Amino acid sequence: MELTEQHRIYWQKNLRITSILLAIWFIVTYVVGFFARDLNFTFFGWPFSYWVAAQGAQAIYVLIIVYYAHYMNNLDKEYGCAEVEED
Amino acid sequence: MAGTTPKGTGGMFAASSNVAFKKQLNKIYAWYTGGFIAFVLVLAVAEQMGLSRAWIGYLFLAATVLLYAGIGVMSRTSDPAEYYVAGRRVPALYNGMATGADWMSAASFIGMAGTLYLTGYGGLAFIMGWTGGYCLVALFLAPYLRKFGQFTIPDFLGARYEGNLCRFLGIIAAILCSFTYVVAQIYGVGLITTRLAGIPFELGIFLGLGGILVCSFLGGMRAVTWTQVAQYIILIIAYLVPVIWLSIVQTSFPIPQLIYGYQLEKVTAKEEVLLKDPKELQVRAIYQERADVFAAKLKDIPAALVADKADAEKKVADLKAANAPADQVQAAEKALASVPADATKAKEVWTKAKAANEAGTKPLAGMPRQAQQFAGDPNGDDKARIAFDTSRRNFLALIFCLMVGTAALPHILMRYYTTPSVKQARESVSWSLFFIFLLYFTAPALAVLVKYQVFNVLVGTPFDQLPAWIGQWAKVDAALLSVVDINKDGILQLGEMKIGGDIIVLATPEIAGLPYVISGMVAAGGLAAALSTADGLLLTIANALSHDLYYKMINPNAPAATRVLISKILLVIVALAAAYVAAQKPADILFLVSAAFSFAAAAFFPALVLGIFWKRATKWGAAAGMIGGLGITFYYMATTQPWLRSVFNVTAPVELWWGILPISAGIFGIPLGFALIFVVSYFTSAPNKEIQILIDHVRYPTLRGDIDTAGT
Repeated sequence: MELTEQHRIYWQKNLRITSILLAIWFIVTYVVGFFARDLNFTFFGWPFSYWVAAQGAQAIYVLIIVYYAHYMNNLDKEYGCAEVEED
Repeated sequence: MAGTTPKGTGGMFAASSNVAFKKQLNKIYAWYTGGFIAFVLVLAVAEQMGLSRAWIGYLFLAATVLLYAGIGVMSRTSDPAEYYVAGRRVPALYNGMATGADWMSAASFIGMAGTLYLTGYGGLAFIMGWTGGYCLVALFLAPYLRKFGQFTIPDFLGARYEGNLCRFLGIIAAILCSFTYVVAQIYGVGLITTRLAGIPFELGIFLGLGGILVCSFLGGMRAVTWTQVAQYIILIIAYLVPVIWLSIVQTSFPIPQLIYGYQLEKVTAKEEVLLKDPKELQVRAIYQERADVFAAKLKDIPAALVADKADAEKKVADLKAANAPADQVQAAEKALASVPADATKAKEVWTKAKAANEAGTKPLAGMPRQAQQFAGDPNGDDKARIAFDTSRRNFLALIFCLMVGTAALPHILMRYYTTPSVKQARESVSWSLFFIFLLYFTAPALAVLVKYQVFNVLVGTPFDQLPAWIGQWAKVDAALLSVVDINKDGILQLGEMKIGGDIIVLATPEIAGLPYVISGMVAAGGLAAALSTADGLLLTIANALSHDLYYKMINPNAPAATRVLISKILLVIVALAAAYVAAQKPADILFLVSAAFSFAAAAFFPALVLGIFWKRATKWGAAAGMIGGLGITFYYMATTQPWLRSVFNVTAPVELWWGILPISAGIFGIPLGFALIFVVSYFTSAPNKEIQILIDHVRYPTLRGDIDTAGT
């Protein structure tokens, strides 16, 4: 089971996308949370930071996970790491 | 393991190929959903024709518990792969639904909207924490654990960190957090069955337990998975229907999640009015007077006690002398008997009474303003600034602990062992969060709509015209709901109503004026939420004991059938132990649930994540990290949380670190866990070649010449 250069690139790309998505997760949760009092402008009736905490953040979490699954499933195929599924 | 021919005995959930299997599942659950809706409609018609409320309650209870038991019977198995991981062929979508039900406990279903009603923006920490954690599950754990593909979380720790030390720590931590959590679920089952069918609390616990046990005892993970899917469908319908109805009543728009921003504006405007309302101020002033009376008594307890006793005795004597009616004399005698017996008792009773009355002096019945982020004021005086900073720090810390805890609870992570492939494990996390999202983005809407209803319909209503449900709920438990005309004006003020968070969801159908059948459905939904979580937790504990402790550590030669049998026996024992603890009604049960998150976060998360992402992490590093993380979390809670302080007899004054509340104790344990793993690993020798191969094995969905770690 020797790791090839391909495998190393695969893992690097995985780490990169993981960090990017984690950064988005962090900003949506903690940066918006930290400045919640300042981000108080009205957004369809909600104060903006209230809306983010109640709906916006969750929607972004779902998108993060869906995008990660999509990205990684493609990466598996591209770098020959995909499983053979018996459908 | 993908596509392995299933060996189970149940006909309904056994199929040859994954695609055919999924098609069959779609068909079964479509019929099932239709059947459930038809059942509710039939009961609705029957209600109009005069079916009593008690019978509606019985029918809902009996039908759902029998249904769950029936699924258990149909998916019975004694094959380890079926019993522990449902044969690893649960499609992503269905695993997502099952995880949703597994995840959403009585606390999510019943408690969360209530918390949001009572605490406003502060409560959103739970919404973000309990959803955002799935990002960590998806990015750091689920696909890798699926590739590793054994049965339990301690399995991974044992394999990655060479041997039984970390496995054993994992077993202890898994039992610690799962047991506290399962006690809370069974307690919730007891509450709901009591309310739904009017049967005694203890009997309710054992009825609910019967449903859980038939299911998980006979079919293990397989039965639990298919039951959880069924439970998810019931709980989401039950949660959404009343909120949609309430939204139509208030705004004539059927999607509450889109529209409640405007209701929030109205609630905020009304808060402004209520804050200045003279009648509200009058109620608060009366509470202040009462609190002052107790404060004065507490200054000189012996003297006040003598005076109280003399007063009460005099009143009895006077009434008797004046030949007053018997009931008045009895009342006076009762008052005399309730005078505290001695100074210690008096101090306790009066301190409590003072605190209760002081609570009544707070604006808006003690609720912070719904849309206000954090307490205090960053531009105010020193006190307001500190209040603001502490409140914000605690909010963020709580989110962090709940998120990391979510990504470390063994009963959730275990679910990702059941998918057919790594690819499906990734997709399954998306579905999990989507199904959880459906409920979680509705809860804040529910809280705001109910608050609008209370502010605009209830407050200002004359006492003799209050809706009937208020009296009914007050009878169930005065701690959940009580209304008293404090200022004797005959009209309900907000300050005169005390409402417990736990009834908001259960009472929503009545608040919205829906027929009783919907109340029954909501209670059945709460039951589904509690039972599904309890199922998953019981399996986690029983598997940790039978698979990890007995099979892997004590008797590695045990045949498959023995292992499954032992697991089943342990399941019953653990369930009975949990029911026994729940029947004692432990006081701080909600705290224990939140504590489980901090424990799981500190114990598992650093060791699991570094085990996958850092090849240099060693056995001793992981052990130090798990012990240190769990240790400091436990220490902080034991020295700061009132109930634990009394359990451990801590008398030193409470010292909060940076003002962090005990519920977020994991905020110290998680970084310490990471730090210890880093430092200790550097000073111990690197893991051997086999471990390096294992790590590569979990990192890549397929590798040429790959090893096979899947459990059989």
